[in-house]
Amino acid sequence: MTGLTTHAGAILKISRRNARTMTAAALLFGALAAGSVQAQDFDADATINIGSLYEPQNLDNTAGAGQGINEAFNSNVYEALFQLNDDGTVKPVLAKDYTVSDDGLTYTFTLQPGVAFHSGDPLTAKDVKFSIERVTSAESKSSRKNSLKSIAAIETPDDATVVIKLSARSISLPYNLSYVWIVNDTATDLTATEDGTGPYQLEDWRRGSSLALARFDSYWGTKPSSADVVFQYFTEATALNNALLTGSVDIITSVQSPDSLAQFKDNPDFTVSEGQSTTKLLLAYNDRVAPFDNIKVRKALARAVDDQKLLNAVWGDYGTSIGSMVPPTDPWYIDLTKTDAYDPESAKALLAEAGYPDGFTFTIDTPNYDPHPIAAQFLQTELAKVGVTVNINVITANEWYSKIYKAHDFQATLQEHVNHRDIVFYGNPDFYWGYNNPKVVDLIQQAEASANTDEQTEKLKEANRIIAEDAASNWIYLYPQIVVSAKSVTGYPLNGLNSQFFVSGIKKAD
Amino acid sequence: MKGAAILSYLLRRLAILMVSILIAAMVLFLLLRLLPGDPANALVSVGADPEQIEAARKQVGSDLPLSEQFVGFVSSLLRFDLGNSFISQAPVLPEIGKRLAVTVPLTLMAFLLAVVIAVPLGIIAAVKSDRWYGSVISVISQLGIAVPVFWIGILLVTVFAVNLRIFPSGGFPSRGWQRPEAAFESLALPISTIAIVMSASLIRYVRSATQDVLGSDYLRTARALGASFSEALIRHGIRNGSVPVISILGIELASTLLGAVVVERVFSLPGLGSMLLLGIEQRDYPNVQGVLFVSTLLVLLVGFAADLAQRLIDPRLRDRTVGTDR
Repeated sequence: MTGLTTHAGAILKISRRNARTMTAAALLFGALAAGSVQAQDFDADATINIGSLYEPQNLDNTAGAGQGINEAFNSNVYEALFQLNDDGTVKPVLAKDYTVSDDGLTYTFTLQPGVAFHSGDPLTAKDVKFSIERVTSAESKSSRKNSLKSIAAIETPDDATVVIKLSARSISLPYNLSYVWIVNDTATDLTATEDGTGPYQLEDWRRGSSLALARFDSYWGTKPSSADVVFQYFTEATALNNALLTGSVDIITSVQSPDSLAQFKDNPDFTVSEGQSTTKLLLAYNDRVAPFDNIKVRKALARAVDDQKLLNAVWGDYGTSIGSMVPPTDPWYIDLTKTDAYDPESAKALLAEAGYPDGFTFTIDTPNYDPHPIAAQFLQTELAKVGVTVNINVITANEWYSKIYKAHDFQATLQEHVNHRDIVFYGNPDFYWGYNNPKVVDLIQQAEASANTDEQTEKLKEANRIIAEDAASNWIYLYPQIVVSAKSVTGYPLNGLNSQFFVSGIKKAD
Repeated sequence: MKGAAILSYLLRRLAILMVSILIAAMVLFLLLRLLPGDPANALVSVGADPEQIEAARKQVGSDLPLSEQFVGFVSSLLRFDLGNSFISQAPVLPEIGKRLAVTVPLTLMAFLLAVVIAVPLGIIAAVKSDRWYGSVISVISQLGIAVPVFWIGILLVTVFAVNLRIFPSGGFPSRGWQRPEAAFESLALPISTIAIVMSASLIRYVRSATQDVLGSDYLRTARALGASFSEALIRHGIRNGSVPVISILGIELASTLLGAVVVERVFSLPGLGSMLLLGIEQRDYPNVQGVLFVSTLLVLLVGFAADLAQRLIDPRLRDRTVGTDR
């Protein structure tokens, strides 16, 4: 029975051509459903249509392409020395092996042999050097540029060996290198073309509409399951949902409108899966200015807001409560939801202790896209109950960068933070939220200088505890990562770490 | 029209065209820069340090004083250089060309469909205003004007895409017009959406133009001279009635071209409108300026064409060189 309904879309297409074929097809599918449900019968020539709201602005992740390029290109078109897996671990890809000197300052990488770029050129150490320097260059707009600044020199003793010399220990180097695409050093105009080593190569890019990838036949690794993958871009969540309902796309990479989930959840033609995202919704205070320079005020506001209630209102049964910036997929996660848990009475008491028995008034700058405006109104209502008056100032995403990120001209702001492993921002007192606790700054620096990952994890757990205890920001909840697909399509990644979406294993039933 | 008169008329129109474009460009230059924000912001993300932001501002030129930006803008304008997008770095003009390949067919086909629907219905509504179907047409067209365009789009998608699965719900085939069938299929609902809204108002114009004709002296005279009602209407009525309708058509066509923004958004079409919206969001000045430029040009050309058409139909306008400028 499930087999029949799963293929309803396919039957419908056939029916337009020939009624007799339709009957035959229905019989065939009926037989299939009755017989084996083996998933190995997939179509190796299939085109997988992936629907997304995140169109890249250009094709270069060092030129301000946006999160959409990670989704389409990471590990699909470009590979790196390492890859951030869907489960949060890091594995070597183009680096076959590597050794680290005892002082932790010299990393020697051996490259995977037999790797070719899409243009046909072989991968050499020079390409790797070129690629890293692209990210660290003066023109680079990569948000990861900073995390690579301990690189002092890159040497290429032979075609298969890359030596990276550091000015200071950097335990995260392999992880950070997972953000560095390896591109051919002869490639030009990477904003509109590509030359990577991934299982798929770019076939066609139609701005505002779609990005088509085709299987790269000389790929060095495991052959990708499907012949073609097309990312189709939508500007409206409703249009994207309709495209899946009507079969013009097979998968939605990241559902952002929870209201629409019911139509897929109760429908046997679709699979709804929930994974872990790294996107956190937070109310970030400007910790430099009164009253938010007062830890008691921040703790009071954390206790005044029923995060779970908002999460339920926005996402229903999906999503996760968090007690700090660290999501469960980061190695230094600890459950901190009990720290400053919802307790409006103690919030009032803390406010009185801090010298605000009658509350105070402040403004939240709120980006104009969902779910921020709704969340801001919710906070307004919650905080009113403890006597704090909130004014809401709605701004655009672009304005947010000028006013808040750059000029620090704000009292508090709602913002979603998508980055993986971004607790490190609390170790930078110049960051927009101005949190400055020397202990945390030290811990985050020491963690990076750790000799091993256990030490790093311990240090960051400690930092994690302190920022939660300081209520550095008000962490509201962790977004769910919801992927919806047609039942016939399997093999896609479930977590949305770093907005990646590996397509190589996606299969469509025959 | 005499030769000299035509020439002077054309020159005058051309001058108006150029001045309109220049004024539009300058107003836009200022309006865009009055918006809070910075095009460099679309190039950076959380985690970028101040030096990176400054480098991005330098790259797009938003670190320069407004006066210097303006000089640069005007000088490239005079060289007919629309530049490259700040964000995608793609040249603006070829990108507009690709977008026009969606927007222009969409607008023209919707327009033709609207005319085909509205002209007969409008005439029937006027001639048969005493019959029930005449009134029904009037009421429905009134309703059509009141309903927002995106709502009609959503309704059509729900019925014809989601429920009946006849047409795709949105998007444009990745190979575009190389596969005309698929391209037409994906434009079917957007075209219908625009055509429905447009014909609603057109019906009312045609109806009132026809009513004017019906009450005119020349029609009565023609009938007195022995012509049947339909003969008189076809021979004299249509020609006279079409003059005001054509000027309305010109305005309608132009506004549809710009109104396609909403429809393109509802159907996720890669047209001029979506380029404009994204450009404004990201403060991508070259893209926004380029789109405005080209669409202003198109609107003015449409107005010019409507004006010429009126002159060809109405001999009384032919010798006037000033005419109705719009």
